[in-house]
Amino acid sequence: MKKFSSLLHNLILNPSRNTKIKLLQDYFKILDINRAYALAILSDQLSFQFIKASKLRELVYEQVDQHLFDYSYDYVGDLAETISLIWPTNKEGKSQNLSTLIENIKKIKKSEINREFSQLLSELSNNERWTLIKICTGGLRIGVSERLVKTALADLYNKSVNEIEEIWHGLEFPYENLFQWLRNEKSKPKIDFKKLFHPMMLANPIDEERDFKRLDASEFQAEYKWDGIRVQLMVSSKSVSLYSRTGDNISSAFPEIVENTKGDAVIDGELLVGRNFKPSGFNDLQQRLNRKKASKDLQEKFPVFIRAYDILFYKGKDLRKLFLYERRKYLEKFQKENKTNQIDLSLIIKFKTWKELTKYKNNVHDDLNEGVMIKLKNSEYLPGRKKGYWYKWKKNPKLVDAILMYAQRGHGKRSSYYSDFTFGVWKENELVPIGKAYSGYTDKELLVLDKFIRNNTTNKFGPVREVKKEIILEVAFDDVFPSSRHKSGVAMRFPRIHRIRWDKPTNEVLSIEEFKKEFKIG
Amino acid sequence: MDFINHQLFIKDINVHIDPILPKKTAIITHGHADHARFGHEHVIATRQTIDIMKIRYGDKCAKKFTPLKYGQKYSIKNYDFTLHPAGHILGSSQVLIEKNNHRLVITGDYKVGKDETCKNFKLVKCDTLITEATFGLPIFQHPDPKDEIQKLIRSVQINKNNCHIVGAYALGKAQRVMNLLRQQKYNETIYIHGSLEKLCQYYSKEKIDIGKFEKVSSKDKNFYEGKIIIAPPSALKDRWSRRFPNPIICMASGWMTVKQRAKQQGIELPLVISDHSDWNELLDTIKKSKAKNILITHGQEDALVYYCKKQNLVSKPLSIQGRSDEEIE
Repeated sequence: MKKFSSLLHNLILNPSRNTKIKLLQDYFKILDINRAYALAILSDQLSFQFIKASKLRELVYEQVDQHLFDYSYDYVGDLAETISLIWPTNKEGKSQNLSTLIENIKKIKKSEINREFSQLLSELSNNERWTLIKICTGGLRIGVSERLVKTALADLYNKSVNEIEEIWHGLEFPYENLFQWLRNEKSKPKIDFKKLFHPMMLANPIDEERDFKRLDASEFQAEYKWDGIRVQLMVSSKSVSLYSRTGDNISSAFPEIVENTKGDAVIDGELLVGRNFKPSGFNDLQQRLNRKKASKDLQEKFPVFIRAYDILFYKGKDLRKLFLYERRKYLEKFQKENKTNQIDLSLIIKFKTWKELTKYKNNVHDDLNEGVMIKLKNSEYLPGRKKGYWYKWKKNPKLVDAILMYAQRGHGKRSSYYSDFTFGVWKENELVPIGKAYSGYTDKELLVLDKFIRNNTTNKFGPVREVKKEIILEVAFDDVFPSSRHKSGVAMRFPRIHRIRWDKPTNEVLSIEEFKKEFKIG
Repeated sequence: MDFINHQLFIKDINVHIDPILPKKTAIITHGHADHARFGHEHVIATRQTIDIMKIRYGDKCAKKFTPLKYGQKYSIKNYDFTLHPAGHILGSSQVLIEKNNHRLVITGDYKVGKDETCKNFKLVKCDTLITEATFGLPIFQHPDPKDEIQKLIRSVQINKNNCHIVGAYALGKAQRVMNLLRQQKYNETIYIHGSLEKLCQYYSKEKIDIGKFEKVSSKDKNFYEGKIIIAPPSALKDRWSRRFPNPIICMASGWMTVKQRAKQQGIELPLVISDHSDWNELLDTIKKSKAKNILITHGQEDALVYYCKKQNLVSKPLSIQGRSDEEIE
């Protein structure tokens, strides 16, 4: 555990990719069971949400005064680190292996969690405590991607990272077959590809100035970019399963898809809510997300369907090495053979020049797509975000000027700065908050805002600072919906700070009525 | 205690403690720039603090200087002043003000832990305590500086082709790091940024063991492989640091307790070495001072005020202008 926690500590502090790879390799060189655990943790494969953040807070409140903890958490901005620093250390116990530690934790009974886990935390050093909490709550956020871990392993054993990538989703903890193959003791693990989730092909944002000059419009096809969730549908005579973008099986949440789809294929598409293939917006889709099951009532109210973009397998045949326009023919064939109310095809937009495509991209009448996808007709289906094949071109965001009202310290890498901003518009002579944003600004703008907030605080509510109502923020957002939960009656989707409007006086900011009218909210 | 206001100003006799702007009479706790400023008429401080001010700002940075020994009384009307060791840096002091049997202590910046580069902190009992709170949160529990300096020494031994640049404030921290290295038997020459030279020479002259040091010069790049270089934090991001071979960027500071802070500043090897009291030391000092009235200056005052109130002590924050919470030496 000491070695693994110092690995994480060094990974988080070393910005250089090469150093990170070297650190990982030094760790993986040690041939013992711990590295299987390390690999599982670093690649987020250890399905081990042992303890929730709320439970951890409960435990820490048993150890330290709640207010003192809250002041500290506000300052540090990271739950695991705050707890690891503030937790009173007893005498350090004897150091345990990573593997033993995790297996011991798995054995802890639910009823014993409070006592046993607290005991464990007390026996660890600061850094080990931090590591353990990170492992147990999931999501390390140490600036190491799954890809980097695979690269480190591949380089260490002179294999290609793509070879690892190919078999990755068929591997299981403790990865014996992987390590044996890497060390040339056994041949490459055999994986049944048909049953596997296949990592999805993703798009890069287009750089309008650069890309449109060098790309030939005739080599590309365009489709609308739908605002749902990206899914992979695996359908065969025996079973139907639905996977999210990250490879989680979400079949049980969408029974109507599982019950009704037919055929033998692997389809890539967008899951949307709507009737007769008319999507009804992300707000409706949200009613179906983050649920393990869907009641009949919910299925009736918010029916889902898949808008198919691509096809990876057809009747057992791997199509991924074919070009996009060839795969499309298979997709159309599949659709013809298996017509249902659950799948339709993504429309291909006909255009000759990039300028012509702009019209479709900014299609203001249709609020339900978020722009267009631009795909090279001759593109194989390549996992990950490879450059040069698929691009996304988002609609121009909606913009509104609002007044900065409150600020809070950010989390993670922005933890020392006042970087979470609440902004509002007028309601008679007062301001009413319409949203909160913590991104979009440049580093320079953040420094200016941070300084303004520190020097112009008029009131403090715990960690929240109220500031002089002087700064106007131009806020960009994707969409806005009516909301009964908020005082203003509106909820924004993905608001971010577009720029600071130094030029505008606060009395020119809209009132909430004007805001609702402009963005058509009843 | 009504005789002193939130700016540490005693109107009755026109005396300021650590004023930001030029004043008539200024009692200076120590030489850091957020406490010692240029241009007062009359400065009262320890001899070392006065020496340091003259090194930094020139001999004429004040019209008149009155050096005081620790414990030596200086009176103005019915106010008696004495200075007492604060253990923060060389020459640093707390100020005890006695008036009509009321004892008020202004700690200035202080640390309780051992430090060979200055006289160690002395606890002064009082009725009113004005304490700093730079690290006034329970997450700050400073480790043994010896262990921290060992991390640096070990890294130097392992990474023979790199040089280690340690960010440390020019006054106090830099010399403490050098002294800690010597205590741990690191006997190589330590290389320093030009801005540290005069202060290092002064520490040597004051018989503080910082060992052999040399100003960084335009030597062959590879010369600095395996060496330790000490520089002010501002130089770490500057072009200055690019001339060195594969530098490992280190920083000696109490802020390094928090990983995310270290990461933000691009520090690869954080060394938690602080010249301020940590949380437990702050609480301990408050308790042992027997003061019933606690005023808390710059830093994370909220948590400390909350704690004191829980202990039934009268407590409030003092916000002193010109000292924002996270830019303190």
